[in-house]
Amino acid sequence: MNDMTPTQAERTGKLEGLGCRRKRTEDIRFTQGRGNYVDDLKLPGMLFGDFVRSSHPHARIKSIDTSKALALPGVKAVLTAADLKPLKLHYMPTLAGDVAAVLADDKVLFQNQEIAFVVAEDRYIAADATELVEVEYEALPVVVDPFQAMAPDAPVLREDIKDKMDGAHGPRKHPNHIFNWQVGDKQGTDAVFDTAEVTTKDLFVYHRTHPSPLETCQCVASMDKIKGELTVWGTFQAPHVIRTVVSILSGIAEHKVHVIAPDIGGGFGNKVGVYPGYVCAIVASIVLGVPVKWVEDRMENLSTTSFARDYHMTTELAATKDGKILAMRIHVLADHGAFDACADPSRWPAGFMNICTGSYDIPVAHLEVDGVYTNKASGGVAYRCSFRVTEAVYSIERAIEVLAHKLGMDSVDLRMKNFIKAEQFPYHSALGWEYDSGNYHVAMQKAMDAVGYPALRAEQKTRQEAFRRGETRQLLGIGVSFFTEIVGAGPSRNCDILGVGMFDSAEIRIHPTGSIVARMGTKSQGQGHETTYAQIIATELGIPADDITVEEGNTDTAPYGLGTYGSRSTPVAGAATAMAARKIRAKAQMIAAHLLEVSEYDVEWDIDRFKVKGLPEKFKTMKEIAWAAYNNLPPGMEPGLEAVNYYDPPNMTYPFGAYFCVMDIDVDTGVAKTRRFYALDDCGTRINPMIIEGQVHGGLTEAFAVAMGQEITYDAQGNVMGASFMDFFLPTAVETPKWETDFTVTPSPHHPIGAKGVGESPHVGGVPCFSNAVNDAFAFLEAGHIPMPHHAWRLWKVADGLGLHA
Amino acid sequence: MIPSGFEYHRPNSVQEAVALLAQLGEEARPLAGGHSLIPVMKTRLSAPEHLIDLAGVSGLKGIRQEPGHIVIGAMTTQYEISGSPLLAETLPILRETSLQIGDPQIRYLGTLGGNVANGDPGNDMPAVMMCLDAEYQLVGQSGQRGVRARDFYLGAYDTARQNGEILTEIRIPVPPRGHGYAYEKLKRKVGDYAVAAAAVILTMTNGKCTMASIGLTNVADTPLWAEAAAQALIGTGLDHAAIANAAAAAETITDPAADGRGPAEYRTKMAGMMVRRAIARAKSRAQN
Ligand SMILES: Cc1cc2nc3c(=O)[nH]c(=O)nc-3n(C[C@H](O)[C@H](O)[C@H](O)COP(=O)(O)OP(=O)(O)OC[C@H]3O[C@@H](n4cnc5c(N)ncnc54)[C@H](O)[C@@H]3O)c2cc1C
Repeated sequence: MNDMTPTQAERTGKLEGLGCRRKRTEDIRFTQGRGNYVDDLKLPGMLFGDFVRSSHPHARIKSIDTSKALALPGVKAVLTAADLKPLKLHYMPTLAGDVAAVLADDKVLFQNQEIAFVVAEDRYIAADATELVEVEYEALPVVVDPFQAMAPDAPVLREDIKDKMDGAHGPRKHPNHIFNWQVGDKQGTDAVFDTAEVTTKDLFVYHRTHPSPLETCQCVASMDKIKGELTVWGTFQAPHVIRTVVSILSGIAEHKVHVIAPDIGGGFGNKVGVYPGYVCAIVASIVLGVPVKWVEDRMENLSTTSFARDYHMTTELAATKDGKILAMRIHVLADHGAFDACADPSRWPAGFMNICTGSYDIPVAHLEVDGVYTNKASGGVAYRCSFRVTEAVYSIERAIEVLAHKLGMDSVDLRMKNFIKAEQFPYHSALGWEYDSGNYHVAMQKAMDAVGYPALRAEQKTRQEAFRRGETRQLLGIGVSFFTEIVGAGPSRNCDILGVGMFDSAEIRIHPTGSIVARMGTKSQGQGHETTYAQIIATELGIPADDITVEEGNTDTAPYGLGTYGSRSTPVAGAATAMAARKIRAKAQMIAAHLLEVSEYDVEWDIDRFKVKGLPEKFKTMKEIAWAAYNNLPPGMEPGLEAVNYYDPPNMTYPFGAYFCVMDIDVDTGVAKTRRFYALDDCGTRINPMIIEGQVHGGLTEAFAVAMGQEITYDAQGNVMGASFMDFFLPTAVETPKWETDFTVTPSPHHPIGAKGVGESPHVGGVPCFSNAVNDAFAFLEAGHIPMPHHAWRLWKVADGLGLHA
Repeated sequence: MIPSGFEYHRPNSVQEAVALLAQLGEEARPLAGGHSLIPVMKTRLSAPEHLIDLAGVSGLKGIRQEPGHIVIGAMTTQYEISGSPLLAETLPILRETSLQIGDPQIRYLGTLGGNVANGDPGNDMPAVMMCLDAEYQLVGQSGQRGVRARDFYLGAYDTARQNGEILTEIRIPVPPRGHGYAYEKLKRKVGDYAVAAAAVILTMTNGKCTMASIGLTNVADTPLWAEAAAQALIGTGLDHAAIANAAAAAETITDPAADGRGPAEYRTKMAGMMVRRAIARAKSRAQN
């Protein structure tokens, strides 16, 4: 071996494993325009599909005339519900136990709903042909407000299920009602509220918005009629689940369905579901026997595929006069749009909304959620958050501020007083979760010290006095939020998607020369999996990360997994990766002992090698062991060095964080400027600090967007408004505040490397932080709760209502 | 997001372009930077059958000085305007305005001619041209004519330009040396059209305002020349009351649409607020 013995630190450094700020390997191709996305795929004879969409939000379809479109040269087919009906594909099952129309049958339920699918030689002809399809409508009364949807005389939206008063989650109490879901101790909670010294009650509306990945949803379906095999390339956050669903829906055996997710340009929850575009492209390819591509445009993306939020949360807290929170009660009216196409684990119709007690030790609580149908697009996806966690955290973090104001207490003091204490972990919450680990007081104190919290409050007081004297027109808001996320779904005992447990997987193969290919059941959409999974393996197996290729997205080669969303990749597939690596290391230990001619109990692991205990110069590196695995094994041992692990997590992981925002608001224009934003995140063990910071920057930027103006609205007639980048607020670098990041490390006790998810934390913590800053700026004027999104014009109206323009 | 089919033409001279327009009629449209026209074609709000690209037409680009006037060729880009030393010296409000249009990519391609000929009340240059009393040179088959910016805008996307005419250049009287100026634009984000914007030029002599002109962007279905608002400033020291009077006068002539930028009431008030701020800034820049 080498004459020089490198130091252990040097050897560790060479691996670029856990904790290394390793540059993202995938960025080499992304930054050079060499990514390979769905729309880059061009197959011989490929046709192009495009939708005819409803101009009405609610109407009966009297007739559809496709003859003029079919007569246009280059048009190959026009599919309508009538064509899909014999295949029983005009409706498809949703993840939430409902059905959703693929192509509208006799009724449309939201504007831009899919009515017909035109297939043509190129996308220009297809677009022209969509204009030639004539649809005759009979307009019906429209319901866009979820409260009105439940009125006794409200128009019935879902005639297809109007007699089915038992839904997927129990009885329905109104034709527009989807489910009622309750968690917690209602009686106990009510009893506390009846006698509490102080209570608060507010309606917090978390407005409808939409994820907006740079790449929209798209797919190419290619049916090989000779082999009877279907290949679908698509923007799929969960490719294996798509394969199973496609097999069930199409009747093609699952081994003859090949689903491939190539590079994906962002997902944020938008690419979890199954959309009519996928189904129609597949049907068209099966019918026509040639590949069919479908690519959504931006307006289609914003107005049809999976919105997020639209939660109307009546939130109550009960407390003592000195600020001990005694109970929480929430009722949510959840607007799901035309179909219940929420992407939640099957048994969770409101996701993990019952994390709504937040970071606080609240003894008793009750949560009730009613889902309703309206004439809006369906969805309800977890846009950069775990299932409904951003709604839950928004609700508790606004309520804390309202309570603090009512008590005349600083909201940080109120939080500190009610935090779950470090020694209470694992902590069982009133609404049924077991928080794995946390150290909230320490994190909050570190954040307060970093921003100089007392000085900020003093500055605010001075500013308020100057404002009252007419010396300034700027208000100063200090936003605080403290959040606990619940990510890494999830244990198969309570989490499944269409019956498949929410485990995840990794397969690692070491080649004879000591390099590695590893495959996972997740799918990166920009999170940097190719970089971070390699780092986990590097540390576990002592092979440099640069010698490890990570592959995802090809369901023929990757082991079955449930995909990437809800910050589950590191908690679940990351755990599987460590566990598969450990299986390999156990075998490597036996090979090493054999090569070193000692007992396997006499060798120990040392960074990138096994060495004989007490004789550090006698060792075999992992590279040497890999070679031996193919030619020099202990007698009777199977050759090769590879392993698969399917990891069923024992629990979720609970990352947390403390955020502060300092904002100036011009009362004359309503324009808010974030002067400072500080984010402290604790995601347990930090695999790649640079990637974590990048994820935090991105999540905060989306949080900023959502809190300050990003929304999808409908007018009273049901027209969808603002579904283009002209109006939909996507901040540029100019608007985006500068982010300061910080951290504490509280490892997850049950995760093999102690890691928790992080990608969604900044969104979950960021939204209430911005909203709290806005509310805090106006609180001294007794403005009451100011709803999101905080557009300039809305803040101007708040100021106007307070008489500040007189 | 896919336009209907169209024919593309690339004439070399104004005569050729005008002849094409005459020959192809209603269904032909001049194409300059394309940054207003192409988006409306992609959303199929407009479907011209012929595009007559002015990029190859000689003589439509450039900035030159004539006695008392600056003349800017229609195909001069917003980027070129923001970078011109001559304009920085004589008409600094043009630099200030062009830098608030869209983003760099848009300014590299978008032209002054397209911006003022478009007829969209959201465009920033028309109000500035009204403020400056610019004149547009239009060439058609029957010859050339000049139309004042203040007379050009008839309604949303409706201008005094005849179908067969091409805008060749914009003639702007040079305001007195030492004038104060400002273009104040409130927008939601970079690349957005104004919630409301105000263009102001004024001169100060011995502490009194001796000349003022005000234009307003995106608060009615045309850009507005706020004559009475400017009048309220003349002879005053631009004190608080005078500025308030001007803002109030500006607000009364607005008639904005309610859209994602806010309700009408807000946009009217913001027009007033932009006027206040533009006057204050113009005053601070004016030589006395
Ligand atoms: C994202 C985005 C943001 C934008 N933001 C702003 C903004 O903040 N402020 C702003 O003012 N603009 C904005 N614009 C519009 C941009 O400035 C356009 O470039 C400009 O409005 C039109 O100029 P153009 O050269 O691109 O003209 P084109 O788009 O080519 O033409 C516009 C119209 O004018 C006609 N036309 C053009 N030139 C002539 C001519 N010489 N004679 C006769 N008719 C002619 C065309 O037929 C067409 O009807 C934005 C555009 C985009 C895409």
